[in-house]
Amino acid sequence: MRLSGENLTCVRGGREVFAGLSFSLAGGEALLVTGRNGAGKSSLLRLMAGLVRLAEGKLTLDGGAAEASIAEQSHYLGHQDALKPALTVAENLAFWADYLGGGDVAPALDAVDLAALADLPAAYLSAGQRRRLSIARLVAVKRPIWLLDEPTSALDAASQSRLAALMRAHLAGGGIIIAATHGPIGLEGARELQMGPA
Amino acid sequence: MPFLDFANPSRFLAFARRALPWLSGASLIAFALAIYLATAVPFALYEQSQTILIMFIHVPAAWLGMMGWALMSVSALGTLVWRHPLADVAAKATAPVGAAFTFICFTTGWLWGRASWAGGGNLPLEYMILDARLSSVLMLLIFYLVVIALVRAIDEPSRAARVAAIFTLVGVLILPIIKFSVDWQQGKYTLHQRESLIRADGPQLDMPILITLLVAALAFTLLFFTLHLAAMRNEILRRRVRSMRLMQARELAEASA
Amino acid sequence: MNALLALIKRDMRLAVRVGGGTGIGLLFFLIIVVLTTFAIGPDPKLLARIGPAILWLGALLASLLTLDRLLTSDAEDGSLDLIMMADMPLEIAVAAKASAHWLTTGLPLVIATPFLGLLLNVNPSATLAVAFALLVGTPAFTFIGLIGAALTVSLRRGGLLLSVLVLPLAVPVLIFGMAASGTAIGEANFGTAFTILCALALMSLVVGPFAAAAALRAGLD
Repeated sequence: MRLSGENLTCVRGGREVFAGLSFSLAGGEALLVTGRNGAGKSSLLRLMAGLVRLAEGKLTLDGGAAEASIAEQSHYLGHQDALKPALTVAENLAFWADYLGGGDVAPALDAVDLAALADLPAAYLSAGQRRRLSIARLVAVKRPIWLLDEPTSALDAASQSRLAALMRAHLAGGGIIIAATHGPIGLEGARELQMGPA
Repeated sequence: MPFLDFANPSRFLAFARRALPWLSGASLIAFALAIYLATAVPFALYEQSQTILIMFIHVPAAWLGMMGWALMSVSALGTLVWRHPLADVAAKATAPVGAAFTFICFTTGWLWGRASWAGGGNLPLEYMILDARLSSVLMLLIFYLVVIALVRAIDEPSRAARVAAIFTLVGVLILPIIKFSVDWQQGKYTLHQRESLIRADGPQLDMPILITLLVAALAFTLLFFTLHLAAMRNEILRRRVRSMRLMQARELAEASA
Repeated sequence: MNALLALIKRDMRLAVRVGGGTGIGLLFFLIIVVLTTFAIGPDPKLLARIGPAILWLGALLASLLTLDRLLTSDAEDGSLDLIMMADMPLEIAVAAKASAHWLTTGLPLVIATPFLGLLLNVNPSATLAVAFALLVGTPAFTFIGLIGAALTVSLRRGGLLLSVLVLPLAVPVLIFGMAASGTAIGEANFGTAFTILCALALMSLVVGPFAAAAALRAGLD
């Protein structure tokens, strides 16, 4: 599997956020996107998720499912959690598991150490716990591409190493990770893409 | 002030546990007595001999509906001014009970009006409308429902209580004005009989009716306070569950830090 | 299919738990009916005559009031992003959300109609005609409102704009709905008006989701 972008240009709100960006990732490879705030890290991820329009350039995935778009084969972990406070932890995860094509809730909750809080309404969770619940979504539903926007924010040291282990397992299984981050997130050997003014 | 003794929720729960059986027992006895009086005593003196039974439900319901809002206003002052810890619990518990009695007052009033209208009135039934008194009661019911909706909309209990308290106090000012404006507007259409109980020259009702009415009122009042006490107890327990859940989440968050 | 049911179930669960749907829609409906009674004054013949109109307008406004949250709540917490990325077509997803909305908001309004008709002194058979017509009309309101909700999803205070967008689109439904409701008072032919009302509702069931999905995609950066 190979995910490649050629000459990607993004325009948001009339402003050109980035232009002429190219990359190529094979299965099992990770890309860390760094740069100061406003450089366009989040926009790049949203563009790959299909949530921002591509002004110029081409994004291709070779070797994935034939009929599905890149977005349909990706997980997007943005700044927001996509959690409903009125639903319990288990209900939130079960909904996304069902909606995104099927997956197991209990192992995913174990993987992020939230099994004990499964029946608690999501309103009572701390920021770190909410982040972990979003990460559980990535574990529950299997998709080859992970688009992560500052995944370690709000996580403590133990949770960060847990996430690093999950990411390494994903790469070992042939998946692709593109993560926007300010600092190291535990993926040694990942390529780096620095974004900023030319 | 005796209220201060019950500022502690745990002591209140203990009091509620002891008092509830007595209150429910007393209500049952009062109801039994009221039903006996209402059915055993012949009310043939009054023309509308069957429909008078509605009065024994309608009048107490009217009193209790209004008393409920008055209670809520006192609780509102307790929340905003005196900062009594259980004032907001009292207010939240009163609202559904008061709303229920207001609804009963409205429906029985409407049914009674329809029955009397058809029986002895001069106009055909299709001219039966909401008269001034019924409209005011309907507005009171709407105010109750609005307060309930307001409390439901805000998650955090103490914030919800303060917001509801302000609305309750505004309601106390507005409700008489509504009553006045409705009376003024619908002047021609008062179906409601004139006051027969609280009048300058003493009660105008016959003795048997008066006694039955007072017993019925006592029974409904006891029921009101039984439900109110139970509702307060439930609300306190509900808040405890909420705190426990918050603590549970917080504990596990710190454990992994 | 599983995914579709999961979405409908989630939306209905949220409507029940969070509130701001069923209860407040009904309360608003009641308030509108009572307010128009006061505004018109004690004129029983007039009230009975225009009762159906008051019920229709009340149901329309109460539906509109609650449509605001239909898509904005998902947009605000990032759920809409994920819904747009899923392989379930966006058209079907928004149709599922609209169905859940109608079941929790529109249907209770229809059930409340006979009781409010009593308040307005409307003839019982006329009230039933209104309720029956509203049973077909309220889904039309919801699915037309879906378009407005999608167009205003990213706006902070889109509520009033949503109403302004949706009300003109809802006019044909209102006209034929009133025509179908007026039957028991002896006006239009119930069959014709009701059939056209059904046709309008079916059209909205199709056009609504497609237009809403297009609006959501157009609203992307």
